[in-house]
Amino acid sequence: MRFMFKTDYEDDIRLFPHSGYLISYGSLLVLLVIAPFVLSSYLVSQLVFVCIYATVGVGLMILTGFTGQASLGHAAFLAIGAYTAAYLQQFNVPFPLYFVAAGLLTGIIGALVGFPALRLQGIYLVIATISFALIVEEILARWESVTNGNEGMRVKTIQLLGTAVPRDSPTFYFLCLGVLILTIVGTLNLLRSPTGRAFVAIRDSETAARSMGVNVSLYKVKSFAISAAITGFAGCLFAHKLSFISPEMFTLQLSIEFIIVILIGGAFSLHGAVLGAIFIVMIDPFLTYLKDDVPGMIAGMAAALGAGSERAAHIQSNVAAFASANGLKGAIYGVIIVLFVLFEPLGLYGRWLKIKLFFQLFPLYKRATFKRQKIYVKSERNR
Amino acid sequence: MSYFRAENLSLHFGGLKAVDAVSFAVEKGEILSIIGPNGAGKSSIFNLISRIYNPTSGRLHFEDQDITAAPAFEIAKLGIARTFQNIELFENATVLSNLLVGRHRHSTSQLWQELLFLPSVRATEKVHRRRVEQVIEFLDLAAYRDKLISGLPYGVRKVIELARALCSEPKLILLDEPSSGLNVEETDDMSFWIRDMKTELGVTVLMVEHDMTLVNRVSDRVIALNYGRVLAAGTPSEVQQHPDVVAAYLGA
Repeated sequence: MRFMFKTDYEDDIRLFPHSGYLISYGSLLVLLVIAPFVLSSYLVSQLVFVCIYATVGVGLMILTGFTGQASLGHAAFLAIGAYTAAYLQQFNVPFPLYFVAAGLLTGIIGALVGFPALRLQGIYLVIATISFALIVEEILARWESVTNGNEGMRVKTIQLLGTAVPRDSPTFYFLCLGVLILTIVGTLNLLRSPTGRAFVAIRDSETAARSMGVNVSLYKVKSFAISAAITGFAGCLFAHKLSFISPEMFTLQLSIEFIIVILIGGAFSLHGAVLGAIFIVMIDPFLTYLKDDVPGMIAGMAAALGAGSERAAHIQSNVAAFASANGLKGAIYGVIIVLFVLFEPLGLYGRWLKIKLFFQLFPLYKRATFKRQKIYVKSERNR
Repeated sequence: MSYFRAENLSLHFGGLKAVDAVSFAVEKGEILSIIGPNGAGKSSIFNLISRIYNPTSGRLHFEDQDITAAPAFEIAKLGIARTFQNIELFENATVLSNLLVGRHRHSTSQLWQELLFLPSVRATEKVHRRRVEQVIEFLDLAAYRDKLISGLPYGVRKVIELARALCSEPKLILLDEPSSGLNVEETDDMSFWIRDMKTELGVTVLMVEHDMTLVNRVSDRVIALNYGRVLAAGTPSEVQQHPDVVAAYLGA
């Protein structure tokens, strides 16, 4: 176990508190850089999705994890970013320009959503953001002159510095990775400055934040704007990755996926957003596996256990029917959320912290270390 | 002109007059205590000053400025900090970051500067941290510096709230029952700190308190309230011997 002796205020400000961090994050970066040259194109494409989801996750983490404002409308912000990119592309606007425009426009719309949200809290805010998402979805379907309605829009390949960046090229992967890293660094910077602390203050006690001089309304709007802008940037990349966008891609289910990203990952850390993104992107391959391989496997097992061939075939078809049932994905999401909220409220990152502590303190780790203590001061709030 | 002045301050909830035409003044550098039985309107006055409630009528003046209509966060920016009777700390943050929120009124950086963490942001951040460390030393909180609030005992939280208010370098500090829930030793410490705040930091203190020992020990002047009205004002002993005050506490 390492003991830190702080000798300078810088020790509390630094992003990498000690050399161990540099080594571990450095090696992670090296791995990520060589990944596209080693891994199959399928896996690289999955990594791109992880980057995009993680970027959205970080954005949502700022709003929900740090400012405490729940949102089920982030699919709409992603859609606004994606459609802004696709629309501007038609007029031969260069990529860097419409990339920035996607983020800015989404940020402005995020701020506008933030204003009515000032008076709402908890479940009411969730309902308001869901309605916002539904409105955006509907507008995308109806405003045919701009969005091409339900036909959807094609998104052309990125032209960067005169060269094409196809959506399955390593360069595109590096672009997404770069955006993710910049987002994370920017967010970390924010969190160690007054704005980030104001966000956390609003999350934990609005009354106290106000009486310490935090303009709660202004910071809530700021949080909405930043979160939406980040999601807008991700939306632009998302559109390019899919090369085709249509309104039915940006449904409530996508918003729920984003909530899962931060919930599964661990609601109060950026690590969580990345871990959650990896988790959610892995669900699709898992479902394919469930559909293609599992029925045969189970039938094989049944046969080995002595079931007749007819019986085995029957089992196989039943399992296959279950695995390809409509809405299985939604059901899995539901089960995952319930299980995590009940048994692992700190998410994957919380589990990782526990494992780390176990080895640091070995053999003295106490199982109750992370048990939530009963707080005997229940303050009555002036809301 | 007084440093801080409340004129005919009233707060009515329907027919209930929580605060009824209360006027008082706080002079610069003094410790003024407000006492009174439960429900006398003491905390309501604090909530009026820090703008959690809007007064039904009356005016508030601070440093020759009318602050009756200022929004809540402006009050802190003017240099009025407060603590809460029931403790309002940021539960899921460390003591250090709680105290740093107290520095919020001194932050000048823009959002884009913070996103890039420019050298100017870093420099002011160090100034904030130096100030916070001074307060940590003043209130002897070094042992809890990096702990989460949610794991700390009540007495410590009470001190951290005081610390957070002091971090904003207030001119006037409102203490809402600083000794409630503290044991005798902790109350002793609190009384020393309140005196030190006045003498060493030059902070003016307005305090609501039930513990008469603490009130007698630290107050320069005392105001007694009952049913939202001022019963008596003067030195601690004068007020305690005032017949109306005795009647309010013990019954006529």
